Amino acid sequence: MSQLKNPTRRTFLKSSAAVGGGLIIGVALPGAFRDANAATDSKINAWIRIGSDNKITILSARSEMGQGVYTAMPTLVAEELEVDLRRIKVEIAPPGEVYINEMLGGQITGGSTSVTEAWEKLRVAGAQARMMLVSAAAQKWGVDASACRAQNATVTGPGGKKATYGQLAEAASKLPVPKDVKLKEPKEWRYIGKPLKRLDTPSKINGTAEFGIDVKMPGMLYAALAQCPVLGGKVASYDASKAKGMPGVKHVVQITDGVAVVADSWWQAKQARDALDIKWDGGPNAALSSESIAAALKAAAAKPGAVIKKQGDADAGMKGAAKTVEASYELPFLSHSPLEPMNFTADVRKDSALLVGPIQFQEGAAGMAASITGLKPAQITVRTTFLGGGFGRRIDLDFMAQAIEISKAVGAPVKLLWTREDDVTHDFYRPTSVHQMSGALDAGGKPTALKLHLTSSSVTSRLFPPFVKDGIDPFMTEAAVVPYDIPNQFADVVIHETGVRVGYWRSVSHALNIFANESFIDEMAVAAGKDPYEYRLALLDKQPRFKNVLQLAAAKAGWGKPLPKGRARGIGLMEGYGTYMAQVAEVSVQGGQIRVHRVVVAVDLGRMVNPNIVEQQIDSNIVFGLTALLYGEITLKDGRVQQTNFHDYKLLRMPETPKIELHIVQSTEKPGGIGEPATALIGPTVANAVFAATGKRLRKLPLRLA
Amino acid sequence: MASLNVNGKTLDVNADSNTPLLWVLRDTLGMTGTKFGCGAALCGACTVHLDGKPIRSCSTPLSAAAGKKITTIEGIGSSDVGKKVQAAWASLDVPQCGYCQSGQIMAATALLTEKPKPTDADIDNAMAGNICRCGTYPRIRAAIHKAAKGA
Ligand code: FES
Ligand code: FES
Repeated sequence: MSQLKNPTRRTFLKSSAAVGGGLIIGVALPGAFRDANAATDSKINAWIRIGSDNKITILSARSEMGQGVYTAMPTLVAEELEVDLRRIKVEIAPPGEVYINEMLGGQITGGSTSVTEAWEKLRVAGAQARMMLVSAAAQKWGVDASACRAQNATVTGPGGKKATYGQLAEAASKLPVPKDVKLKEPKEWRYIGKPLKRLDTPSKINGTAEFGIDVKMPGMLYAALAQCPVLGGKVASYDASKAKGMPGVKHVVQITDGVAVVADSWWQAKQARDALDIKWDGGPNAALSSESIAAALKAAAAKPGAVIKKQGDADAGMKGAAKTVEASYELPFLSHSPLEPMNFTADVRKDSALLVGPIQFQEGAAGMAASITGLKPAQITVRTTFLGGGFGRRIDLDFMAQAIEISKAVGAPVKLLWTREDDVTHDFYRPTSVHQMSGALDAGGKPTALKLHLTSSSVTSRLFPPFVKDGIDPFMTEAAVVPYDIPNQFADVVIHETGVRVGYWRSVSHALNIFANESFIDEMAVAAGKDPYEYRLALLDKQPRFKNVLQLAAAKAGWGKPLPKGRARGIGLMEGYGTYMAQVAEVSVQGGQIRVHRVVVAVDLGRMVNPNIVEQQIDSNIVFGLTALLYGEITLKDGRVQQTNFHDYKLLRMPETPKIELHIVQSTEKPGGIGEPATALIGPTVANAVFAATGKRLRKLPLRLA
Repeated sequence: MASLNVNGKTLDVNADSNTPLLWVLRDTLGMTGTKFGCGAALCGACTVHLDGKPIRSCSTPLSAAAGKKITTIEGIGSSDVGKKVQAAWASLDVPQCGYCQSGQIMAATALLTEKPKPTDADIDNAMAGNICRCGTYPRIRAAIHKAAKGA
């Protein structure tokens, strides 16, 4: 998502009011909103609150969905603030202008941007706060600030003078914010770059961590919602007489997205929901099927696209080639399926609203709540719980809008919870895509021309339409251009809407484009009769960071060395989110079953905040990407998603998980994102290994032999 | 009205006898450490112990739990094995989003109670029913081995 470094994007977001499902997002927040959750503690700045009892709270402006921001963000602040990370309390920030993710233009957690975006900003905030606390101490003691020192949440001065941050906080909060800030040298870091333990682990091993599904409010009722089985359809009519007579049922209400049953417990609400008799109007999607979607996608792919890369003359290169290669890759729809099903708790009253749940997009939530309730932003409080996984699903706020509508209709606090079936059948799916590629080789097998024609759907057109310009969605073309030194290149893209609603899915279009590109370069190597590692390496002389990780992965994996019988290796290379990565996978194939035994990952992510979390993210991404590669496929019939739960939407389990080895390049480059890239790269790496093992080139996902 | 023994305490609950134990724990008793992932015995997020054996509380009616000893994530730390498992989980920083972890810890504790020195194959067998969408499997495996070594 790094293409959007345009200062006007913020304006775009503010003005992009209408999105699918009638939600309003990105409404600009008036200043009053910034203080919505301010505590009585002294607020040093937007990131730090210090109590007179010396309790220190650091706010994380990003949602904790497993990726470790709850630890990484405070680490950046604490490093400069000079406090022990172990003693601070972390809170997820309320909606507010100051918490906006400048790389994405909204208060959103996504795009592996959290650390990259916060890197300077949070260290500066920590340093400013420390300087203000030191100044407050200096003033109190009548000494020069240079004679005072901050350490361990305490300022010490000449003659053994001592004051805790808590004792200084009030005075410090009234001082001007220093402009001239000197940050620590890397060699002085105590936390950054160290494999520190996560701050959220203790609560996540004893059942006390609060996820959205766990929220409790006094007098709270529980809701289950029936939504049209055809995506985009609506209620024609319904009969609730049976449901209304069932135990515990308090209300049955129709809302924009369907019919909700509200009861004393969720199980009662769910039972009664299943007893509703609803006639649905499927609308324009009622006849959609996977076959019709694939046919329409192919037809769209026959059209010329918007050009994203033109270098040299690819067509002339193709004509003059000693040999040409052509291939087309097809990727299916995928669901996010975070383990915590969609849920949200809302208490909407005449003059206030309390909204609590697992969301990735606080700013959108605040704007949406104001538009549905008609309340002023200052009357609305949004609190973000832990997320039981996000992966992009909780950037969309359909479930939140539903909870708000239900609470408003019944006049009570309500927790809406979806079933797993609701979740799998009402996702915003990863777009399906077709990648048509062709390449030219000279007599020595070197690639002289490369062409890509990509056809897929645009998530951004639905969520943030102003970002899509001249037929190009920047979140559809990530990593679409290869890093390899190929003189003649041409790439163009066709945006084709299939009727199925699509959403950002971990690693977004990297996963699509990297699968095609890294499979294709392998095919070119095979056509050239060259080793796929050597072939890539020879094309990377101008790309030192790519070259370095590729060599590292190959060396650590023992590329070229003999393997046990039946095993084969594949290799892949990418850049995403400012992170450079190469992988080598070892696979075997038996009776059509693909088994991944070992994955070696070499990564250069620049400076890193916490190698412990980096390692977790690599494990996570490999498992997530393998799930997509080996199993992931959402199909449609009569406008309905056919998969419903984990028996037919399979997720990788422990016995199928390979051994994962991580090698990190020590780097002083700017920090890159680590929450997503490996998800994209494991796909082609394993597919290339399957080719090496079987001689079969699988160009359609999920991978299926025979 | 049914009487349940949860983590050593006897509690009276007022719920229909067909209600899955999961919802009695979460909504009636307010013990939300046990999670809901699939409702169909496919993911293991709702794992609790019934007389020491791991079961899927989403698919176990209240009537089948009455009169038995129920242990949940809130109470697992009071057994020696449970304590060791939690300690290993903490020292290896297993959780990511954390949502599946109650179920993982319950499954791992049941395994280690029955087989104090499990092999990798034992671990695969015992843990295959517990999905982790965040992919914490490598650390779960390492933590089980660590707990088995008594650390
Ligand atoms: S919720 Fe019980 S097994 Fe998934
Ligand atoms: S830690 Fe997120 S599902 Fe396991």
